[in-house]
Amino acid sequence: MGLSVSYQPQSQEGWITTKLDFLVNWGRANSLWPMPFGTACCAIEFMATAASRFDLARFGMERMSYSPRQADVLICAGRVPFKLAPVIRRIWLQMPQPKWCISMGACASSGGMFDNYAVVQGIDTIIPVDVYVPGCPPRPEGLLYGIRMLQAKVMRERMADTAAREEMEPDPTSHLYIPPPAIDELSEPFGNSVQQTRSGL
Amino acid sequence: MTAPDSVVSPVGETPSAPGPVSPTGVAHRGGPANPSAEAMRVRWPAAVRRVDVVWGETSVVIDPAMLVDIVRWLHDDPEQRYDYLVDVTAVEFRDAQVPLEIVWHLRSLPHRRFLRLKVALVPGSLLEVDSVWSIYRSADWLERECYDMFGIRFRGHPDLRRILMWEQYREGHPLRKDFPLRGRFSRSEQLRQALAANPEAKYSMDELSIADAYEDLPSEMRQRLRAGEATGE
Repeated sequence: MGLSVSYQPQSQEGWITTKLDFLVNWGRANSLWPMPFGTACCAIEFMATAASRFDLARFGMERMSYSPRQADVLICAGRVPFKLAPVIRRIWLQMPQPKWCISMGACASSGGMFDNYAVVQGIDTIIPVDVYVPGCPPRPEGLLYGIRMLQAKVMRERMADTAAREEMEPDPTSHLYIPPPAIDELSEPFGNSVQQTRSGL
Repeated sequence: MTAPDSVVSPVGETPSAPGPVSPTGVAHRGGPANPSAEAMRVRWPAAVRRVDVVWGETSVVIDPAMLVDIVRWLHDDPEQRYDYLVDVTAVEFRDAQVPLEIVWHLRSLPHRRFLRLKVALVPGSLLEVDSVWSIYRSADWLERECYDMFGIRFRGHPDLRRILMWEQYREGHPLRKDFPLRGRFSRSEQLRQALAANPEAKYSMDELSIADAYEDLPSEMRQRLRAGEATGE
């Protein structure tokens, strides 16, 4: 997953376009400004990643952008309760394109151990996620690996591919659309607490 | 240079208070009760129902009708001086005889005492109890939390609203035993309702109207306030 300067044309696009793509992607991948959204212990590991021992600045992320309007990558570190769901959605909408999202840790990715009434079961139900970093919480090495994966993903982007930056609203007429009740029905057998507290009392 | 101010209470003010010691060999049941429990028995013979000592901590079960009087006495009496309300919470039992207990944790900093007051609600009665807000201002948020999680109404509380869950939360009171762990609605419905919430509607209109920033509010919001809108939906 190296970021070495190599040139592999992937399509029949012209030399100028691909070279320009490479240049733009190289610039973007190496100056990702993170918007930290830390809610739990993952944020501690994130701070450790940003601090001197692991030093996020080596990868062009030296500036934490606490304003979403100057940020490139949203790093959601920690569980997101339903009360915060509209907040993180709005922060995501406030970020300008191009933007990416890293879901850090088990809780942000899937709800983790919090399979309960208060916690969003994975932030990908609210916003699109590019990289999931597993762990509870992930060590800084894990987050760095995720960031390097995201950089590799950025390097593969092509300007000709406009769909990558399209913001889609769910379209109920599409054949890909699964209505929410069907998703609920499908996900019902999973999780360990489905019937746990349903009492007749 | 004068000595630094004592954080808790001036030295020598309460010579009766023993110094702090780490308790050892504490029995599960029994053992010396908090002297306040005996004083309560003497002062309020009809209201004190039971005194338990568990792991060295004293719980006094009292009559809900006398709650405010007893707490005020515990707060004001120079021999008691419970000046710190640690917590207000509730315990729901899966028991038809004792459906729910409401618990107050009191601490007396000058006397170095800890007391737990309990009120058992009568089966079939309303989930209501008197508020101790008039005695401890810190009861404000504690009772709001208790209301949010259990649905207990505190009579006399100035502003009984939800505090942890958002104000438009419609699924009930999460710490009740009959509340399913995953909530009452399906995941997609929970998500839909959560995303429909306005993240700026964090404060109630009442709070905004008394805030200093009232003049800085948008005119449209001030109009809604004057029209008497109750929440920031």
